[in-house]
Amino acid sequence: MSAVPAVAPESALSRRFPPVAGLTTVSLGLVVIGGILMASYAPRRPPLGVPVAITAVSAALLLVSGYLTSRLRPFDWDRFFLVFRWALLAYVISAGMIGFAFVKDHVRGAPLAVVLVMLVIFALDVPLIIAFTVARYSSPAVHAGPIPDVSQPA
Amino acid sequence: MTNVGNMQAGVVGTAPVAARPTIQVVPLRGLPIVAAVVAFVIASIAGNWLWALTFCHVVGGGLWTAIDLFVGLIVGPILGRLSLAARAEFTARFMPKMVLLMPTLVLMTLAAGFQLALKLGNLSPDSPNHGWLVASFCVVGVMAVIALGVLEPANIAVLFEMRKPNPDGAVIAKLMRRFVMTAGITGVMQVATLIIMTRVATQ
Repeated sequence: MSAVPAVAPESALSRRFPPVAGLTTVSLGLVVIGGILMASYAPRRPPLGVPVAITAVSAALLLVSGYLTSRLRPFDWDRFFLVFRWALLAYVISAGMIGFAFVKDHVRGAPLAVVLVMLVIFALDVPLIIAFTVARYSSPAVHAGPIPDVSQPA
Repeated sequence: MTNVGNMQAGVVGTAPVAARPTIQVVPLRGLPIVAAVVAFVIASIAGNWLWALTFCHVVGGGLWTAIDLFVGLIVGPILGRLSLAARAEFTARFMPKMVLLMPTLVLMTLAAGFQLALKLGNLSPDSPNHGWLVASFCVVGVMAVIALGVLEPANIAVLFEMRKPNPDGAVIAKLMRRFVMTAGITGVMQVATLIIMTRVATQ
């Protein structure tokens, strides 16, 4: 055995991925902005137009990220789901605690529904970013088709 | 994420490392402490208990701010100048603790702080503190996006990379640069939090 073990022939950095982490981070940023808007009106009832619009765009970005991720081939799905499920557990607890605080503070009806949708997006955004970031560096350096790596059907 | 990978002596990129430590991405022994803290915060909110809410907010916020400043402005720049091997060894011991510590402190501070602001009437539009609190929401919001969208994923990805039989030094270097830079940004933003919170406390 050589004293200096061989370095991987090609770094994981050489492979390009669709902007899943970027899109999901923007989605996360939007729900944070929406949350700030809602929280800044507490304990009054906030106007819901802007928060609903922000939430819709955020949800759309999350869906696009999920779609782009689902098309990645080859991709270390085992590692992705390993990280995703544990991160999801952690962030469902975090989101649940924030939701509990809003319910405790007598937020009801449409404002509560908007907050809950934002929390669901938050609880999915963070695990997706973490799991994608981990799995992308665990995936083969050579992609299976032309960039972006969405060329092969699932 | 909870299984432990034993790492053999090997290399990080091309830099030889004498003996690489065992890396546990999530330190399991810390989980009961996290559970106890979360339960205490939930009980404080449920009971609307002024002392407990103040305790959670002040202790959590103090630690969060101090650790962010220390890591961002002191540890980070030092880490950035270390050799890759030294960085890897430090990271293997340091990052797993941060994976549990920081989200717990953030959750404790924000949940208790919001409840405290409502209870004390600081969020009321008539309160002189209302504007300062909204400003603090904005600062915390930016820090949250940086921490959750960039810093924490980089932190965890580094740990997974280091568990590989042949970690890619270029990947670790890139992710560590990201960690050091974002830790510096959140450290500087904590100065704004200190200014806002001391204003709120003295109005």
